[in-house]
Amino acid sequence: MSVPRFWRKQHSRYNLTGTKCETCGKYFFPPRSLCPTCRREGKIVEHNFKGTGKVVTFSIVRTASEEYDLQTPFAVAIIELDEGTRMTAQVICDIDKIHIGMPVKSTFRKITADGESGVIVYGTKFVPA
Amino acid sequence: MREVAVVGIGLTDFGEKWDTSFRDLCVEAGAKAIEDAGMDGDQIQEMFVGNMSGGRFVLQEHIGALIADYAGLATNHIPSTRTEAACASGGLAFRQAVSCIASGTQDIVIAAGVEKMTDVSGGETTDALAGAADREWEGMYGVTFPALYAMIAVDYMNKYGLTREQLAEVAVKNHYNGARNPIAQYKKEITVDAVMRSTLVADPLRLLDCSPVTDGAAAVILCSLEKAKEFTDCPVKVIASTQATDTIALHDRRDISTLDATVAAADRAFKMAKIDRKDIDLVEVHDCFTIAELCAIEDMGFCKKGEAGKLTEEGWTALGGKLPVNTSGGLKSCGHPVGATGIKQVCEVVAQLRGEAGKRQIDGAETGMTHNVGGTGATVVTNIFRRV
Ligand SMILES: CC(C)(COP(=O)(O)OP(=O)(O)OC[C@H]1O[C@@H](n2cnc3c(N)ncnc32)[C@H](O)[C@@H]1OP(=O)(O)O)[C@@H](O)C(=O)NCCC(=O)NCCS
Ligand SMILES: [Zn+2]
Repeated sequence: MSVPRFWRKQHSRYNLTGTKCETCGKYFFPPRSLCPTCRREGKIVEHNFKGTGKVVTFSIVRTASEEYDLQTPFAVAIIELDEGTRMTAQVICDIDKIHIGMPVKSTFRKITADGESGVIVYGTKFVPA
Repeated sequence: MREVAVVGIGLTDFGEKWDTSFRDLCVEAGAKAIEDAGMDGDQIQEMFVGNMSGGRFVLQEHIGALIADYAGLATNHIPSTRTEAACASGGLAFRQAVSCIASGTQDIVIAAGVEKMTDVSGGETTDALAGAADREWEGMYGVTFPALYAMIAVDYMNKYGLTREQLAEVAVKNHYNGARNPIAQYKKEITVDAVMRSTLVADPLRLLDCSPVTDGAAAVILCSLEKAKEFTDCPVKVIASTQATDTIALHDRRDISTLDATVAAADRAFKMAKIDRKDIDLVEVHDCFTIAELCAIEDMGFCKKGEAGKLTEEGWTALGGKLPVNTSGGLKSCGHPVGATGIKQVCEVVAQLRGEAGKRQIDGAETGMTHNVGGTGATVVTNIFRRV
């Protein structure tokens, strides 16, 4: 991913900052700038998520793209945050122990790197809570 | 709206085609379709080409003009448009062609689909395919396309008690059919045991649960039903062509293991065709992974949610079963050149309705359906066909 493309959303990725629609009360992570329910009537504000939630479903990636090849096997999951919104992320844990409903909390980690001396991409991963 | 018919079909062999280029694949399928329709290329008035990622796989964009040019139709300056919706790119091309004729814009149109996936490394292919999902919030975390479907499978197994063996039965059935299809990439039968022993790609999905990486192209000729008799004695009428969307990311879906876009597209299709589920004699569904076939059968309304695994095990979807599913071998065994798949499905159903499907023929088939998915279900195209 290019540097500007990553940098643009760095704030969200580093701090788990999403958005909230004040009209209907829904939370969004990944952030949305338009509420799909209220559309133009929605009032979008920034929201910092607590970072706690549970595993909704998961998989273990064994065959990855070149960028993530060195990390295999790794666990990925759809996490439901306590605020009710869902997101996709890696879970750092014993890959044999991950299960549906497992409580997790967010942590700041390296996601990938652009080659040996390229930009390092950081972001949110989850660990067992 | 005018009634529309398919009067010509053409397919290349599917597989790893070292010796054939992107453009040659598409031109070969197109020429076969024109030949099959018994018409002259000059009669074609407009072209739609489904292609997911010429840009990533062969560094080529501007596909519409390229194919028109190499098909010898650019000298006629016909309009040519490339359509893209990841693995449903071909489905889009087909639906655009149907609309083009139904609306009276043109009388004779070609809809093609093409993908050349094997010129890049496996890792690059995996990365390009991840672009069918949400690159920034799914792919960015190293989540592959098989991993997304694996997460659907885990959710499904947890909710409905589907067994790993039942999942394998889908691949076994599709390989049985593919072994009877001369163009299929993997013309060999496999066993449940072979599926269970194949390499894990993304738990619980194994290599033999996945559609392969494929080069190939497909094309169909459409025209108004009234004109169809000029070209063929057995035109196949398009009685519904529908398309639907859903959230791009899997995590935003109402239910992880239901493709609401399939539900919407199929409901619209049955309404448009004014027929019931039980009138369908065979269906080609988008089995990019074994779990996807089970979801498709259920979400299209052919059985209740959670039942498809058991029905598959009992032979309900096999060649001689109550509802034969993926007589071509499906994406699993026939192959999945992503942009071509939606058109290839149409070719299979048309061949069946004409009684030309050889060893895979469903006796007396009159009505068939296709189901083509983009991404993990963010785009779905369904079509229903009837022998005239
Ligand atoms: C599953 C997948 C990762 C396997 O790729 P791979 O690990 O690079 O596999 P290889 O190319 O090394 O193939 C190993 C062997 O298995 C065979 N093979 C590969 N994929 C196969 C498949 N899906 N079904 C059956 N056999 C397959 C190969 O022919 C090869 O056989 P050989 O050793 O006799 O030559 C790859 O096929 C894939 O990514 N599939 C999913 C495609 C996808 O996501 N499509 C979009 C969906 S909408
Ligand atoms: Zn709102």
